[in-house]
Amino acid sequence: LVAEQRNLEGYVGFANLPNQVYRKSVKRGFEFTLMVVGESGLGKSTLINSLFLTDLYSKDYPGPSQRIKKTVQVEQSKVLVKEGGVQLTLTIVDTPGFGDAVDNSNCWQPVINYIDSKCEDFLNAESRVNRRLMPDNRVHCCLYFIAPSGHGLKPLDIEFMKRLHDKVNVIPLIAKADTLTPEECQLFKKQIMKEIQEHKIKIYEFPDTEDDEDSKLIRKIKERMPLAVVGSNVVIEVNGRKVRGRQYPWGVAEVENGEHCDFTVLRNMLIRTHMQDLKDVTNNVHYENYRSKKLAAVTCNGVDTSKTKGQLTKSPLAQMEEERREHVMKMKKMETEMEQVFEMKVKEKKQKLKDSEAELERRHEQMKRNLEAQYKELEEKRRVFEEEKANWEAQQRILEQQKLDATMEKNKKKGKIF
Amino acid sequence: LAAEGYEAVCPGEGARAVPLSGHVGFDSMPDQLVNKSVNHGFCFNILCVGETGLGKSTLMDTLFNTKFEGEPTQHNQPGVQLKSNTYELQESNVRLKLTVVNTVGFGDQINKEDSYKSIVEFIDAQFEAYLQEELKIKRTLHSYHDTRIHACLYFIAPTGHSLKSLDLVTMKKLDSKVNIIPIIAKSDAISKSELTKFKIKITSELVSNGVQIYQFPTDDETVAEINSTMNGHLPFAVVGSTEEVKIGNKMVKARQYPWGTVQVENENHCDFVKLREMLIRVNMEDLREQTHTRHYELYRRCKLEEMGFKDTDPDSKPFSLQETYEAKRNEFMSELQKKEEEMRQMFVQRVKEKEAELKEAEKELHEKFDRLKKLHQDEKKKLEDKKKALDDELNMFKQKKTAAELLQNQAQQAGGSTTLKRDKERKK
Repeated sequence: LVAEQRNLEGYVGFANLPNQVYRKSVKRGFEFTLMVVGESGLGKSTLINSLFLTDLYSKDYPGPSQRIKKTVQVEQSKVLVKEGGVQLTLTIVDTPGFGDAVDNSNCWQPVINYIDSKCEDFLNAESRVNRRLMPDNRVHCCLYFIAPSGHGLKPLDIEFMKRLHDKVNVIPLIAKADTLTPEECQLFKKQIMKEIQEHKIKIYEFPDTEDDEDSKLIRKIKERMPLAVVGSNVVIEVNGRKVRGRQYPWGVAEVENGEHCDFTVLRNMLIRTHMQDLKDVTNNVHYENYRSKKLAAVTCNGVDTSKTKGQLTKSPLAQMEEERREHVMKMKKMETEMEQVFEMKVKEKKQKLKDSEAELERRHEQMKRNLEAQYKELEEKRRVFEEEKANWEAQQRILEQQKLDATMEKNKKKGKIF
Repeated sequence: LAAEGYEAVCPGEGARAVPLSGHVGFDSMPDQLVNKSVNHGFCFNILCVGETGLGKSTLMDTLFNTKFEGEPTQHNQPGVQLKSNTYELQESNVRLKLTVVNTVGFGDQINKEDSYKSIVEFIDAQFEAYLQEELKIKRTLHSYHDTRIHACLYFIAPTGHSLKSLDLVTMKKLDSKVNIIPIIAKSDAISKSELTKFKIKITSELVSNGVQIYQFPTDDETVAEINSTMNGHLPFAVVGSTEEVKIGNKMVKARQYPWGTVQVENENHCDFVKLREMLIRVNMEDLREQTHTRHYELYRRCKLEEMGFKDTDPDSKPFSLQETYEAKRNEFMSELQKKEEEMRQMFVQRVKEKEAELKEAEKELHEKFDRLKKLHQDEKKKLEDKKKALDDELNMFKQKKTAAELLQNQAQQAGGSTTLKRDKERKK
């Protein structure tokens, strides 16, 4: 479809479309699923409460960290929050027990299973014949908490991120950043980013933007990655200001102070500017990845990869149609081949029969002629014989006659004549 | 496609409400969504159905304040064809990819029974294209150019009496496939009083024939009132014009008659402004949404059911597309194999039959020659007998001959001696 450019000579009004979209989205409400992963004691629950300025985990609904877990669980809490007329259904997915065991091999598996199962639910709902409004429970973002060791990533960190970067948007965070000095933090961040690059881990990337201001902001954020955070909902008074922070004998670490930690950066990015993009990347990239892998496994099982590559860009229905057509053609070809072979064999056999008949015919002819020749020969022989016989008999008769005549003469001479 | 996606509309299902102790900032979500949509650009597809000469092209030009396509069409089309043109429009920061589809030759034929068919086929084809894309294994819905028809403007001829049967038949065929907005074309040919009666007649005919036209939505309080009022003005009586006439000190779009000037944007003169307001400024997004969630879903459901897919259990067990594909595929493969087997069997049968036939022929041939051989043997025997007979005769003759000769010799000898005696006597 080639689109032609047209200039408008006056206000039409479709510039109002964004408002219509806005209105409808507010009516619909929003949802977001945030997963937090990290060893216990890294302040995950506190951070969530700080981000969303609420007691998600409270006395009545204690966070998973309050409960002792032997194995890795995946637990979700759903809350409904409203702000400025906008409704958000927020699902927080926690992974208590992660990294807490002595042997943490495969502790990421329950996490992967959870993410996959949400994708599967969505896929199934999307694939129904009768589709209804589908809730989107897919995990839109995974905050990965790195312990503030100051050295580098632990093997578990690397392993986890490597296994999950293709399934979900991973945002690594340095937890409890108030235990690192700015210099230590800088070095730590550099080291982590280096290791992330070395291991080819794909953490969530901000989309390119044409807006210069936005580009500048994004570059600033990128320089601070991974974000070092501190969480707290305790309000403390500092120099007459009421701030949220952590009180130490030596001072107050302010949560929302950009010089103390990157909390504000995280909050702004996660909630205020890129929440929608996190959902879009989940939908357009991670989910599509999952879906195409799942469907490819079903529809191309056992077929060699060179063929399947082409099949992936076709819908399975079209795929079946094509297979059907191919098979019909194959059958037709087989039919004509069989027909040809059949005809040929019949012709062969008939020819053989004909030859056989001709041969027999020939032989019969020959025998007949042979016989005829013999007959002729016999007749000739008989003719000769008859002739000879006739001659001889004639001769005999003459001789007889002569004899008779001679006798008669003799008798005459003897006077035997009366 | 998140804006059109299956975002939850079950807010707070299983979720408990919690208060916020400050400004979190997710109230920017609508803006985030809008920014993304604006960056992505919008697309809208309008189908204009109506007889040739009802001013469809002019109305489009008037609605969008631009000149779209070229030549007006002739009346001599053999069938109904759909011509589609896509345009890139921009207004402030909003980019719109607008596709205008026109029915060429609609209502021109003597036999109009099949007129609606090409329209239905076209609409279905767009649904089909989307469905195919949606079902692909590797798909790019996000960047797919959606060609599904979002709004169908049905142009009613300004007869002033009632709907034509062609109109009823066509609209009935389309109402479950597309959002129909009926409009009275060239309504400057109808007087005000006639118009009111005409509108009432049309509406009642649509109702009595069960034609579902698009209703402007009244579920959102922000626009419920205006939409509800406008629903009462349907069908819109419109006049289109790209010519401008000076009224007062302004240039306005109008049609100039000796008896007066019809101003397109004067709400007392016609419903053009109402149409523009409803179609573009208020409900464009809803038209797109309805197309996707209602008309497309219906098409998809019917298509899948036609192909034999169905949900295993409506509510309890989640349906697995993969399993159904696999089952379908297996069923299909075994069907093909069965056919193949049948064909093979048929061939085997034919071969058997032919073999039997040929064997029969061979047997006959051998029998024939056996008979001939026998005949020949008989002949040979006869010959042999004759030969023997001749030989016997020959032998007999020989014997006779030999005996006779012997006698003769004896006789001769005796006769010879007699002759000798006689001669001797003579000599004596």
